[in-house]
Amino acid sequence: MKRAAGALGAVALLTLPLWLANAYHLHVTIMAGIFTILALSLNLLLGYTGQLSLGHAAFFGIGAYTSALLALKLGWPFWLGLPGAAALAGLAGWAIGRLALKVRGAYFVLVTISFAGVISLVSVNWMELTNGPLGLPGVPAPELAGVSLRTKPAYYYLVLAAVAGSYLLCHRLVHSRLGRAFLALRENESLAESVGVDPTRTLVLAAVVSAALAGVAGSLYAHYVRFVSPEVFLFSYTVTMVIMVVAGGKGTLAGPVVGAVLFTALPEALREAMAWQWQMLAYGVLLVLLVFFLPRGIVPTLTAWRR
Amino acid sequence: MGGVGEERRSLPPTLILDALLQHLVNGLVLGGTYALLGIGLTLIFGLMNLVNFAHGEFYTLGAYATFAALALGGLNFFVAIAAAIAVGAVVGALCERVLLRPLRGESIDTTMLVMIGLWIALQNGELLVWGGVAKSIPHPFPTAPLTLGPVGIAPLRVFVVATALVLIVTAWLLIQRTRLGRAMRATFQDRETAALMGVRIGRIHTATFAFGSALAAAAGALLGPIFLAYPSMGDLASLKAFSVVILGGLGNLAGATLGGLLLGIAEELGAGYVSSGYRDAVGFVIIILVLLFRPSGLFARTERIG
Repeated sequence: MKRAAGALGAVALLTLPLWLANAYHLHVTIMAGIFTILALSLNLLLGYTGQLSLGHAAFFGIGAYTSALLALKLGWPFWLGLPGAAALAGLAGWAIGRLALKVRGAYFVLVTISFAGVISLVSVNWMELTNGPLGLPGVPAPELAGVSLRTKPAYYYLVLAAVAGSYLLCHRLVHSRLGRAFLALRENESLAESVGVDPTRTLVLAAVVSAALAGVAGSLYAHYVRFVSPEVFLFSYTVTMVIMVVAGGKGTLAGPVVGAVLFTALPEALREAMAWQWQMLAYGVLLVLLVFFLPRGIVPTLTAWRR
Repeated sequence: MGGVGEERRSLPPTLILDALLQHLVNGLVLGGTYALLGIGLTLIFGLMNLVNFAHGEFYTLGAYATFAALALGGLNFFVAIAAAIAVGAVVGALCERVLLRPLRGESIDTTMLVMIGLWIALQNGELLVWGGVAKSIPHPFPTAPLTLGPVGIAPLRVFVVATALVLIVTAWLLIQRTRLGRAMRATFQDRETAALMGVRIGRIHTATFAFGSALAAAAGALLGPIFLAYPSMGDLASLKAFSVVILGGLGNLAGATLGGLLLGIAEELGAGYVSSGYRDAVGFVIIILVLLFRPSGLFARTERIG
């Protein structure tokens, strides 16, 4: 039964561009995929180690700018830009982790916010590199075996592959020895330390992987929208990621996926029903309601209900 | 310092000093309002263990309430500011009762998320009511600056910094000298023991949130006439308030006061001597440096909160 549902889901995802003919709906689906990677990445920190990063848009933005600049200034293809973006974002995650994960908790939240704030201001002010508020237009679409992936169906498959890869990576990670160390630290730090888990080192590793994944999402975004501006650092992106993870269910693998799909599709659905100011207002109210009525998130609540 | 450039050395030293004094005075005006923001936030954090992302929205509320009282209510400028502070307190108390009281005992992530929701809802509510165009708040002060020796300062700014200082002192007196303040300090130190001693924690929480929100609204009402009122003005205010709180140490009142003044001055100096584009980066850099070298805040003798 479960296997059949899984196979059906996989077939539906693989054939989606065939039956979802509307280009706008396909666009929303691609964005949902990119946000799924971001939510998975944030979930590694927030869900599995219990550390909230409110600067995740910075890693996303670093990935987007790195990939775009490598393509525009050095002519690197997407397939080299993507690992480059992951590497630089991961490096930033390492630096922030080394800096802030000794103190943790509320301090980590604030260091990540500050980091995102500084990076965003740099992207506005460093005209020579980033072209300031005007942004970088003309980021090339990726090419695969000589074929440009500029059409939406082609890009959909690229993003789908990236989502699957990220999901598998997270799955492997949280079920590994390292993943168990994450959980041990989240639940009881002194106990974890007593069995030989090095808290700072473990948390920094989580931050590096999380940031690198966000960088991958940034690279995918840059080559999809094909324009990068300081808006990639918007705090509202970070907020969206947090909403997705918490609403979906933090500390589960399916949670961020459900959250990302729901909270990409929902605003778009609301957009047709109401003006955008009303829609954002509804978004805020909805978030409050979710916390009140589904405090653990959608996936854990459903799992508990089924038992 | 051998590295000073030729152009700069050609300025007479008195002029350099005058410019520095001017920056310090401007920084003090900003810093006073930052301190108001920081005191409110640090109280709410320390007492309620709440990361209040909606704090900046009460700042916005203060600015718009002043605008409404002046432009629509036709009130006197000073009455309008007092009214804005009262509106901040009432809305704050309401939010605490409706949103936070039912969640008492929930994890810090949960309440923070509710505050993020409140922040989004309030900000877009403001946008719906007032529209996206910035509003300029009229004030009765003459625009010609007062000159005090080498330093020029607009009368409005004198009023702002004076009012901010009065409010800071009022906050201090309220916390140190009143019965409510004593109950707040007791709750801050040890919630369970305070409850056992007959402190009604629920009321203290409502009072704290209302008080912190009123201080944020006061900051908005005071800075609104200097700058402009627009729906997203609270975002930067929130971030500044967080910088101040980190600078002073989480839950440290004296630290928040000094931290606010320090941040205001540091920003003015940064904008004056480094680059005005990086003005808002000063707070962020300070946060990072403080956490790197003195994670419990600049002014902490002991860690106040575990």
